[in-house]
Amino acid sequence: MAKVELKGIGKVYDGNVRAVDNANIVVEDKEFLVLVGPSGCGKSTTLRMIAGLEDISEGELLIDGKVVNNVPPKDRDIAMVFQNYALYPHMTVYDNMAFGLKIRKFSKEEIVKRVNEAAKILDIEELLDRKPKALSGGQRQRVAVGRAIVRQPKVFLFDEPLSNLDAKLRVQMRAEISSLHNRLKATMIYVTHDQVEAMTMADKIVVLKDGVIQQIGSPLDLYNKPANKFVAGFIGSPPMNFMQVTATEENGKVFIDEGTFKMEVPGGEYLKSYVGKNLIFGIRPEDISYVPEAIPHKTMNAHVTVVEPLGAEIHVYLYTGKHQFIARVAPDINIAVDQKLNFTVDFSKAVFFDGETELVINK
Amino acid sequence: MFRLNTLQKTVILTILIIWALVNLFPLGVMVVSGFKTTREIFLSPFSFPAHWSFKSYKEAWSVANFSTYFKNSIIVTIVSITATLFIASMAAYVLARFEFPGRRALYLFILAGLVLPVRLAIIPIFLLIRKLGLSNTLVSLYIVYTAGGISFSTFLLTNFFKSIPMDIEDAARIDGASYFRVYWQIHLPLLRPALATVTVFNFIRVWNDFFFPLIFINDNTKKTIPLGIQNFFGEYSIQWDLLFAGLNIAVIPIIIFFIILSKQFIGGLTEGAIK
Repeated sequence: MAKVELKGIGKVYDGNVRAVDNANIVVEDKEFLVLVGPSGCGKSTTLRMIAGLEDISEGELLIDGKVVNNVPPKDRDIAMVFQNYALYPHMTVYDNMAFGLKIRKFSKEEIVKRVNEAAKILDIEELLDRKPKALSGGQRQRVAVGRAIVRQPKVFLFDEPLSNLDAKLRVQMRAEISSLHNRLKATMIYVTHDQVEAMTMADKIVVLKDGVIQQIGSPLDLYNKPANKFVAGFIGSPPMNFMQVTATEENGKVFIDEGTFKMEVPGGEYLKSYVGKNLIFGIRPEDISYVPEAIPHKTMNAHVTVVEPLGAEIHVYLYTGKHQFIARVAPDINIAVDQKLNFTVDFSKAVFFDGETELVINK
Repeated sequence: MFRLNTLQKTVILTILIIWALVNLFPLGVMVVSGFKTTREIFLSPFSFPAHWSFKSYKEAWSVANFSTYFKNSIIVTIVSITATLFIASMAAYVLARFEFPGRRALYLFILAGLVLPVRLAIIPIFLLIRKLGLSNTLVSLYIVYTAGGISFSTFLLTNFFKSIPMDIEDAARIDGASYFRVYWQIHLPLLRPALATVTVFNFIRVWNDFFFPLIFINDNTKKTIPLGIQNFFGEYSIQWDLLFAGLNIAVIPIIIFFIILSKQFIGGLTEGAIK
């Protein structure tokens, strides 16, 4: 079917601006791959290179084992959904969806059949005679997806397709695209800056920053085993907390010293080579828990600055005196602003990063 | 939105009505005079005719060869505008969408045509047309009018092309469209308001031109309306009734054109393309 491989792909603009550097990605057949990263990280450029809308400066792009670097977009057998829909404004919904099929000289019956099928899947059958300007944002997005589906391409490309929709519609369309993926069993490559979309939809996530791939892995891999501080902070909401600490060793036990508190790291032997050096201590908000009493070297004391009750949980913004951090606590605990409370952390879930390279320190 | 009080409205409306009358009065005199005899035009220049007669129209149309001039004018206008639109829109597409060395220089070169008064170059143009063996043909007019319209039309259309979202073009290319198909089936329909503007501009320029036919055309059967009207100015007398009838005939296509194309000016065509 359709396997997409990027081998050392790079993009250089005007001879010196580097947008993408040495990207090596394998998208397996029927896989849902998400490229995620902050704006300007090169994720859209990468997608546009796969689409053939941008020239590839370096490396090789393979679709189904064939190098397609110099194959024009129309011959790559791909379909793309754009952020701003990019519907043809002068054509009806039907014609928008049929355009690609007409160019490819499909028979009239086949075109009618495919368009109606796609319209049925996307629930836009009543809209076929309308022009794009008579549609709402969500409907336009469906038409844009429909235009991709009718072609039955090898690979679907999505360029931030949901970012123009309101929050509720976005959640709904997210689920629809996921179920579409299950139904069509097609290879999909999806670009987004929203890590929630990445986590919820992807089989495999590629995290990009400044044109360089930070990590490739399944959503839970990225969440539990981030390769560096950037990935750790990017994946997850609220984000992982980071604190600058130094490692110390006393009686064979490893401690971290934040300045305002000192905690023992159980099983922290792997940090011994970092004793006396700067470390970044990373802990997710749900791995911090409230304890009523202070225990020496097991808890930290922090000042509550903001309390966000979300119903199912409470996000508590805390300040140690040196670092700001967030804890996720159960909704039944009474917490008020300006309290000084004690918290403990689950060190089995904590991650440490080298203070210099910001790479994770493996256990 | 501005809100006007009654006094402001009255003042503004009065000024506009006076302005409209000032503009419409000569046109009205022209239209009405076409139905009068020459004698009546001089006796009571501003009155309505005693009885409305189409005699001068008939005479102008058949006897004074107006049917031929009219036909020539229409052919020349259609051919030159079509050629201008086609060439200018293709040039604009390339200038707006493709990056290549010398693009800016080429664009400025085309724009330079806006600065040069073409009539100053009439002698070289005349010599060129004669060398090509095209003097006294309608082809000479096609060429000169088409060339004369390209600068302004390309300039205008380039900016319109730039306003069409790139994503629409990308989508079409992924859908399998060639560059020409993108231009023909996606861009041109979206550019209708711009094309209408360019058409109207060129239509007036070409339809009303007296200068180039005067230089290039000798043969009576190849004259256009503006040159043909000159026939009514005799050595000793002017046939005012035929002249006015001829002017009315000349004006009709322009008015029809405006009515048809003014609809196209109403833009909003790209609305709905992107959020």
